[in-house]
This record gives sequence, structure tokens and C-alpha cells, in this order.
Amino acid sequence: MPPPESTATAAPTLAPRGLAATCVRQVKRELAIARRRGSEWINPLLFQALVIVLFPLGISPEPALLATLAPGLLWVTALLAVLLSLDALFRSDFDDGSLEQMLLSPQPLPALCLAKTFAHWLLTGVPMALIAPLLGLLLSLPAAGVATLMAALLLGSATFSLIGAVGAALTVSLPRGGVLLSLLILPFYIPVLIFGAGAVNAAIAGDPVTAPMALLGAMLALAIAGAPFAIAGALRISVDG
Amino acid sequence: MRGKQIGMWKLIHKLGSPKWCYQLCGRLQPVFWIAAAALLAVGAVWSLAFSPPDYQMGDSYRIIYVHVPAAILAQSVFLAMTFASVVFLVWKIKLADMAASVMAPFGAAMTLLGLFSGAVWGIPTWGTWWTWDARLTSMLIQLFIYIGIIALRGAFSRPEQGAKAVAVLTLVGVVNIPIIKYSVSWWNTLHQPATFTLTERPAMPESMWMPLLLMVLGFYCFFTALTLYRLRSEILKRESRTRWVQEAVK
Repeated sequence: MPPPESTATAAPTLAPRGLAATCVRQVKRELAIARRRGSEWINPLLFQALVIVLFPLGISPEPALLATLAPGLLWVTALLAVLLSLDALFRSDFDDGSLEQMLLSPQPLPALCLAKTFAHWLLTGVPMALIAPLLGLLLSLPAAGVATLMAALLLGSATFSLIGAVGAALTVSLPRGGVLLSLLILPFYIPVLIFGAGAVNAAIAGDPVTAPMALLGAMLALAIAGAPFAIAGALRISVDG
Repeated sequence: MRGKQIGMWKLIHKLGSPKWCYQLCGRLQPVFWIAAAALLAVGAVWSLAFSPPDYQMGDSYRIIYVHVPAAILAQSVFLAMTFASVVFLVWKIKLADMAASVMAPFGAAMTLLGLFSGAVWGIPTWGTWWTWDARLTSMLIQLFIYIGIIALRGAFSRPEQGAKAVAVLTLVGVVNIPIIKYSVSWWNTLHQPATFTLTERPAMPESMWMPLLLMVLGFYCFFTALTLYRLRSEILKRESRTRWVQEAVK
């Protein structure tokens, strides 16, 4: 006996999607949301630019002094800007229930978390690396350090996004998790900051940058391998309790 | 083989039962209190009065008898918390979480004591309270991780949700332990290398490291005794609705 035709048409047919296709859709979705709510990813960048402006005014506009501080200041402000953007990472998805849908998806959750974090990096780390030369100009960063700064920021900000996503996932169910999130995450950002600023300083001094860049890459590799599982576990805890 | 396996499971289930653990802790507790008191008393008198002064640092080196045990405990407590967190996340044994929760403040206190005694020692030997040395910085990060763990637990209104979140954060935080351990070997630092290693004899004469060993063991016994004591109160608090607790405290 053939199955009744009505059931076949009534239920919307959900063609099973592959893992790669789902991840691509996840990234596209995040980018579409970012396009519609521009302030969410532009504001952290503006914040970074504004904080950079504060230093010449607050310390001294002396170019030689600013040049020595520039690598560290650019890294610290980038770190703070990422920190500001993290609270929104899962917040709206948690509030409107799409996070639950993500948890119910048949695809492995760590992979989806990795895709979501990748989108976050595209929207914070990459623009940050792109505007870094401009901000460096404001701080009279020596030209020898610019290329290394951009490359190091690209690597380091990806680690920031991955570690930060763990903290954001742990605190997403808390009503006022923002300050706690910074308290949890900042200690883990310190190694990236040390080697990121170290790479730029080495480039300015004319030393080889291979060692700090390799360490930044190693930290990113470790974060890619471990963080998605921690994010997935933390999300399940935050949603299911 | 199969019988042995069942026996092991029985033991794990027994260990996971708060009532049984409460009684076991009560029986073990006096042993560790006595051992801690004896070791710390002998170690303190020996190290302060009888061990010889250092030929360079004079008597100021005696801070080592507090500094090294505190620093070792700061890391051991974190490893114990990591172990407890794994047990809690994998086997859902609530007792493991109770143990992790009572250990965290002690670990933070030991980290602070290690940093403080190091700063006090820094003045006569290095001429400064603080330097941004790899070992000091990684210990400071450790302190912030401890504080983060304690703060995260307090932030949740549902304790069982907070327990799981803390377990995940502890597993993430353990990456800092190897950094602390090897910071003195990877970087060329002001801080001296490890005092005790399993493979080599200490660089100090026996009259100096023997009391130090007693102090380290004493700190471990004190930590164990205190954990057993606090675990008992935690069990009573969390199981306060069960009949056996109400009968026990009556």
C-alpha cells in the first residue's frame, strides 16, 4: 500500500544537510545579522579608536614616547574591544531561542560553535587588524612594525574570539554577566597579549619575529582544538541547567 | 574479572554516597589533623631554630619554609580541583563538586600566600617587592583564575548549574599549571628553578631541605584535614533535607 499522499506534502521536507553546508549557513546567518545590526560589530571598533585617542591626550603627544608605547597600547585596546563585543555573542540567540535550536541540531555542536566563533572573528578580529595601521599612525607606530602588527592581530584575535566564546557561553544565562565575563576571560588573554606585543616590538627592533608568531599560532591551534568543546559544554549548561 | 569490576563499581557508588563519605571523612579527619600538627610543629622549629643560615642570604632564606609549601599547594589544589571536576562532569557525582567547591578558597589563599611571602623575600634578596618575571606573572594569573572560579560559582542562582559551569572553567584553567611549572625553565627568569624535583637531589644540604620536606608534607596534611572538615559541613548543608542529616544533627 502506498503511503497517503497528504503526509508527504503536509510536513515540510527538511533535506538533511551536510556538516560543512550547515557551518557555511551558520556563518552566513551571523553575517546577515551583523549587516542588519551594524552597531553590534562597529561599536567595539569605535571604542578601540576612541581609547587610542585618549592616550596621546592623557600621557603625552610626544611621538618618541608614543612610539615605544604603541605596540602594547594597540594590543591592550584590541583586547578590551574584543571583550566588549563578547557579551553580545550568544545573548540575542539566547533571548530569542535560536540558541536552543542550535543545541537541538543533529550536527555536532562543537562544529557549529566553531563556525559561530569564526563569524565573530570575521566581524571583530579582521576589521581590527585592518584598521590597526590607521590607529598605529595616531600613535606614531614605526613603519617596520605595521605588517607584523596586522599579522599578529589576525592570529591573536582568533584566539581571543575562541577563549572569549567559552566565557560568553558560561555567563550567557546570567542577567548581568558582563563584568564577570571580563574577570573570567582576561587572565587567559595575557599570554596572547605578551607574545602579540612581543612580536611587534621585535619587528620594530629588527629582530626575527618567527618565535613569537609561532607561539601565537600554537596558542591558536590549541584553542581551535579545545575551545569548541568547552563552548559546546558551556552552552548546554547555560541552556539546560 | 567481572566480580572485580562489580566490586569497583560498588566502591565508586559508595564513595559517591554523601552519607558514607560524611562518616569516612569523620574517621579520617583526626589522623590528618594530628599528622599536620606534628609535621608543622617539628618542621617549624627545625627550620627556624636548627637549620643553618644561608651563606649568602643569611636568615632571610627561611621564608622558603613557607613560600615553597604554599606555592606547591597552590598548584596541587588546582590539580585536585581539576580531577574532581572531571569526575563530576563525567560521572555526575555530586560529592566531587562539593569537594571542588570547598578546595577553591584554600587554593586561592595558598596562591596569595605564595605571592606575599615571595614579595617579602624579594626585598632582601632582589631589592624589589615585585618584578614582571614569568613565574611571578603566571602565579598572579593563577590567583585571578581562582578568584574567577569562586566568583562564577557565586553568580548562579541555581547551584547545580553553577557547579557545572565551574567544572568547565576549571578544566579550561588547568592550561595555566604547566605554564607555571615550566616558566622557570622556558624563560630566563630572576626566579630560581624548582626546589624539589623527583629525579635529582636538592641543591641544598640535608639540614636545610629535610625541614622543608616536613613543612611541605605538613601543608599537604593540613590541606587534607581542612578539606575533609569543610567537605563534611558542605555535605550537611547540601543534604540538609535528607532524613539522615536531620537525624545526625538532632
